[in-house]
Amino acid sequence: MIDHIYLVPLLPLVGFALLFITAGQLPRPWVAAIGVGSVGLSALIVLIVGYEMLLAGASPVVISLYNWFSVGGFVPGLSFYVDGLALTMMLVITGVGFLIHVYSSLFMYEDADYSRFFAYMNLFVSAMLVLVLADNLLLLYLGWEGVGLCSYLLVGFWYQDPANGAAARKAFVVTRVGDTFMALGLFLLFLHLGTLDIQPAMQLASATWQSGDVIPTIAALLLVGGAVGKSAQLPLQTWLPDAMAGPTPVSALIHAATMVTAGVYLIARTHELFLLSPTAQFVVAIIGVATLLVAAFSALVQTDIKRILAFSTISQIGYMFLALGVGAWSAGIFHLVTHAFFKALLFLGAGAVIYSLHHEHNIFRMGGLRRRLPVAFLSFVIGSAALAALPLTSGFVSKDAILLAAFESPHAGPALWLGGLLGALLTSIYSFRLVFTVFFGPVRTEPDAPAGLPMAIPLVILCVLSIVGGLFQIPVDAVFPEARESLHEGAIPIVTLAVPIIGVILAYFMFLDQRIRIAPLVESSVGRALGRFWLSHWAMDWLYDRIFVVPYTFVARINQADVVDTVYNGTATITRRLHHLASLTQTGQLRRYVTMMTVGLILLVAILLGVR
Amino acid sequence: MEPVSVAVVVPMEHGLLLAAVLFSIGLISIMVRRNIIFILMSLEIMLNACGLAFIVAGAHWGVPDGQVMFMLILSIAAAEVAVGLGLLLQAHNRLRNLDIDDASKMRG
Repeated sequence: MIDHIYLVPLLPLVGFALLFITAGQLPRPWVAAIGVGSVGLSALIVLIVGYEMLLAGASPVVISLYNWFSVGGFVPGLSFYVDGLALTMMLVITGVGFLIHVYSSLFMYEDADYSRFFAYMNLFVSAMLVLVLADNLLLLYLGWEGVGLCSYLLVGFWYQDPANGAAARKAFVVTRVGDTFMALGLFLLFLHLGTLDIQPAMQLASATWQSGDVIPTIAALLLVGGAVGKSAQLPLQTWLPDAMAGPTPVSALIHAATMVTAGVYLIARTHELFLLSPTAQFVVAIIGVATLLVAAFSALVQTDIKRILAFSTISQIGYMFLALGVGAWSAGIFHLVTHAFFKALLFLGAGAVIYSLHHEHNIFRMGGLRRRLPVAFLSFVIGSAALAALPLTSGFVSKDAILLAAFESPHAGPALWLGGLLGALLTSIYSFRLVFTVFFGPVRTEPDAPAGLPMAIPLVILCVLSIVGGLFQIPVDAVFPEARESLHEGAIPIVTLAVPIIGVILAYFMFLDQRIRIAPLVESSVGRALGRFWLSHWAMDWLYDRIFVVPYTFVARINQADVVDTVYNGTATITRRLHHLASLTQTGQLRRYVTMMTVGLILLVAILLGVR
Repeated sequence: MEPVSVAVVVPMEHGLLLAAVLFSIGLISIMVRRNIIFILMSLEIMLNACGLAFIVAGAHWGVPDGQVMFMLILSIAAAEVAVGLGLLLQAHNRLRNLDIDDASKMRG
């Protein structure tokens, strides 16, 4: 079966092609069958391949289909590299992707562009699979840009509203900044290593460079630039909250479970490079901690249910970066997997709430939905528990591993651990603020009946996965170097365990029991200013607008008549003047022509005679 | 008394001079005339001036080529008259007069 691994990205691509060519002419059940079925078949193949690989001991396999092109000794192949890491990513993409497709088949049923939606979703799944299966960095870059394109198309899916188009453009342009860094990184690697095939390049890098050399540091930092853009980390994270303009299943699939974790995958895939550069690795850890704190504070004060989840996604990917930065590679990937489960669950749960409340997004107009929408309630309780890393959930296992590994880190370990711990406290406060506000208290908006089975079943499955996901053993031991043996003794693990629980209790007293009065704090002038500051995402949109957008539009405006174009426009003007001059002689009068011919002939003869 | 040959009496220079004068008259009248019929007639004069030059030259050298060329010019003139008269009729139909200056729609 492993020889047919190419079917995994190919099937969704065929689904996309079918839906794209028929251009919405198919009846809805057919569209759903093609859209959901293609991803489902892929998931089935991945399961079989995974089973075979694990039986065979999870050794890496390279499947070469053909050479993409050949230029001056650079021969990137259309070849796939399947190892434990790629297998884990494939399972997440096709598994969670399949559940989200099933969910969308009902969620989007009323939408006029049902077929277009599934076409884009299938294209996305295909591109994402190419990204994780790619054997060389160029093919990876193809998938990387493919998911970026699909993200753009799906964020702007409801393009009739100009705001959605603006959000889509923002997502595309901001990630493009990161992509440029990544392309530069690839150029640099190719310049020095002569190949972009990942495994040979990494071996060559380890053989060529010493730890701490300049070139691998620059290359690694450029790759981090790409990862930061795609994974919405500081300082390129501003696009993700706006990307919530897309349909909710899109937010669940692209902006929570898969695409935004591509940066984490990239760093994990090229981890040999980061091992050569402690500086770059430390930068990754710092970015992770800074992002997780900034986003957690922003999530505390948001009122839009999807924006809360968006900031929590940024924050959780910050944890993954922290894990990569301290060398806890498999813990980072493990958090990626569990996060895919519980964040998809939360987004789909939010989708169910929004669906039943007629597109209401403000959590303060919701309330008391506990009994009305039991499945959504269950999803949110389990998802938030996993997000807050309460014990007995999958999120606890992965986040606990990250925090302990951060503490063991030789560079500023305790500080990183403390930052992560503060983030964990905030995480449990803001996630249970959401649960207590939306599902408890008085009913503020009367919901419709809960959504049907195609939406409920994926939620229940994801609930189960969010709990038992912590028991999975992801097969990445062979991919990453041996982790440091950490000593789990003393107060550190107990504090790490206790902090999220304290957060939940605090949230209970603040938002439900109201025994802790936060109103005076929030109403005070400092509290209000801080709230506004966090609500506007640390005023970063404002800052970027002033630093980049305003000067750019200013320059564009004063240079409306392009300076460079003057040369070409001038040539055209001169030619046109000469043409007018010449056409003056064309009077249309035969006698004048004859006269001119005669005069010319006489002159010609005179000249010839004169020469003679 | 023996009849005297014309070729002997009229020197070649005189013949060519006549041809040149005829040609110039034709050319000048094309330039100054506005009536299409007169333009056609002027063209005929110019063609015949050429023909005369050929004949004179042929007679001078004592070869038949000049007469052959004159036959050619005659046939060209016939064709030209056919086309020219056709154009003349069309011009008269469309312009309601025969002024060549009115047929100046193809100016640049």
